[in-house]
Amino acid sequence: MKFIIAIIKPFKLDEVRDALTGVGVTGMTVTEVKGFGRQKGQTEIYRGAEYSTNMVPKLKVEIAASDDIAGAVVEAIQAAASTESIGDGKVFVLDLAAATRIRTGESGDAAL
Amino acid sequence: MRKISAILGGLAVSALTAVPAWAQEAAEAAAPVPNPGNNAWMMTATILVLLMILPGLALFYGGLTRSKNMLSTMTQIGAAAALAMLVWVMWGYSLAFGPTPPEGFLGQFISGGSLFLSSVTSDSTAATFSEEVISEYVFVSFQMTFAAITLALVLGSVVERMKFSAVMLFGVVWLTIVYFPIAHMVWAGGGLLFEMGALDFAGGTVVHINAGVSALVACFILGKRIGYPTEPMPPHSLTLTMVGTGLLWVGWFGFNAGSELEADGTAGLAMINTFVATASAGLFWMLAEKVHGHKGSALGFCSGIIAGLVAVTPAAGNSGPFGAIVLGAVASIICFYCVSVLKPKLGYDDSLDAFGIHGIGGIVGAVGTGIVYSPALGGPGGDDFVMGSQVVVQITAVAVSIAWAAIGTAIAIYLAKLVTGLRVSEEVEREGLDLGEHGERAYN
Repeated sequence: MKFIIAIIKPFKLDEVRDALTGVGVTGMTVTEVKGFGRQKGQTEIYRGAEYSTNMVPKLKVEIAASDDIAGAVVEAIQAAASTESIGDGKVFVLDLAAATRIRTGESGDAAL
Repeated sequence: MRKISAILGGLAVSALTAVPAWAQEAAEAAAPVPNPGNNAWMMTATILVLLMILPGLALFYGGLTRSKNMLSTMTQIGAAAALAMLVWVMWGYSLAFGPTPPEGFLGQFISGGSLFLSSVTSDSTAATFSEEVISEYVFVSFQMTFAAITLALVLGSVVERMKFSAVMLFGVVWLTIVYFPIAHMVWAGGGLLFEMGALDFAGGTVVHINAGVSALVACFILGKRIGYPTEPMPPHSLTLTMVGTGLLWVGWFGFNAGSELEADGTAGLAMINTFVATASAGLFWMLAEKVHGHKGSALGFCSGIIAGLVAVTPAAGNSGPFGAIVLGAVASIICFYCVSVLKPKLGYDDSLDAFGIHGIGGIVGAVGTGIVYSPALGGPGGDDFVMGSQVVVQITAVAVSIAWAAIGTAIAIYLAKLVTGLRVSEEVEREGLDLGEHGERAYN
């Protein structure tokens, strides 16, 4: 099993979700996050007072996937979240040691 | 209630037509009776000014502060306004508009004779600018809301760091030694600036210059917020600021058109000017931002709206609509420059720009009124109007108000400092005044 963490542009969420449903993903967790990468922050001006924010708002999407679809999940996210411009985000893949469905106690791939 | 007054009205009409001529003459010599139409408009206008304070100004100012000081800002405004109402009926009305000013020199600065509204009854009346009168209780209430909003406006420069207790104490002293005398000088017969012929339709001098200058002096003495200007302090909710701006604009029709004290054509003039000067100022602030290389912003629009409302206040019934449009535009551009360019250079911390908008906008409006009053520019001035001398009178009135407000505020602030201390502790300031001063959070 793989644990996939994707940092994406907030407005890309619906497209990513649709693409993931298409490759068989049945659940995900989404969190609003802030951070920075190569994309620089923005400048805000309030009555002449300038503040440059070096953190950019993004969404973090977390997915647990079985080994056989993990590659397709990464490709689907990459394709759906891309605008081919700086600040599109990243996808990280981690090995997932175990998973348990709380309601039934099932574990492994059956819990996903 | 409506039925009863309709019956009474009917009786009055039949009485007038039925009684012999000598009785009618006697009735004419009797005390003038308020026109219910004017009374009704003035009651409405009074409540509109209350709307400007709560929730208008509270939301406008509140949205501009950081979320940890939202409740503190709004509570200070509400409580200061409530305090002003009580002080007004106890001694404020008497000092500003009482029936028996002290003899001689002192009478130019204060009045007297109506402590605890002792001279006011349901039958007593206040003169308007014509033969008409309105009920004195209505006039007392209308003027009360002006005292309340002026004190609330001053707080714009000191929020996010001034103690609640200090705000209350400062409020009582400031109203007594600054607001009431200036209101008397400008608006009451026998007042220094009134007799000089200063034009101030709805309070550009009494309310806005006064509040703005007092705010500037207060924030100088109080000192900067911790972290200003290095830490970012962006407004926490421009949405609420925009809502507050809208409520202020709506309420301002009571403030400006109500200042005619009658529902007549001049009130109508004040109304149209309160629309168009404001509209012009809102757009010109955004234009100034654009010219300065910024983006036209929501806060810029809101700031322009307020600058326009402030500038048109003394000119509301003293200008034609097109004079008002130009006045709004000029005030907006000057206020933009003062707030965005000049203030950062001077380095004082007027948190919400009470001076930059109310003080500067008020001065532009007060001096500009001496210009737009001219019949040549579509204003209501008579044929004998001389612009040069009127502008000199306006500038004199502005100078007197600035000096009075500055000295009075310094006294009031130092008195508060002596008794309660001015600032919250550093810990409370960092954690926010909502929790530190009121034990609540605005957002949970």
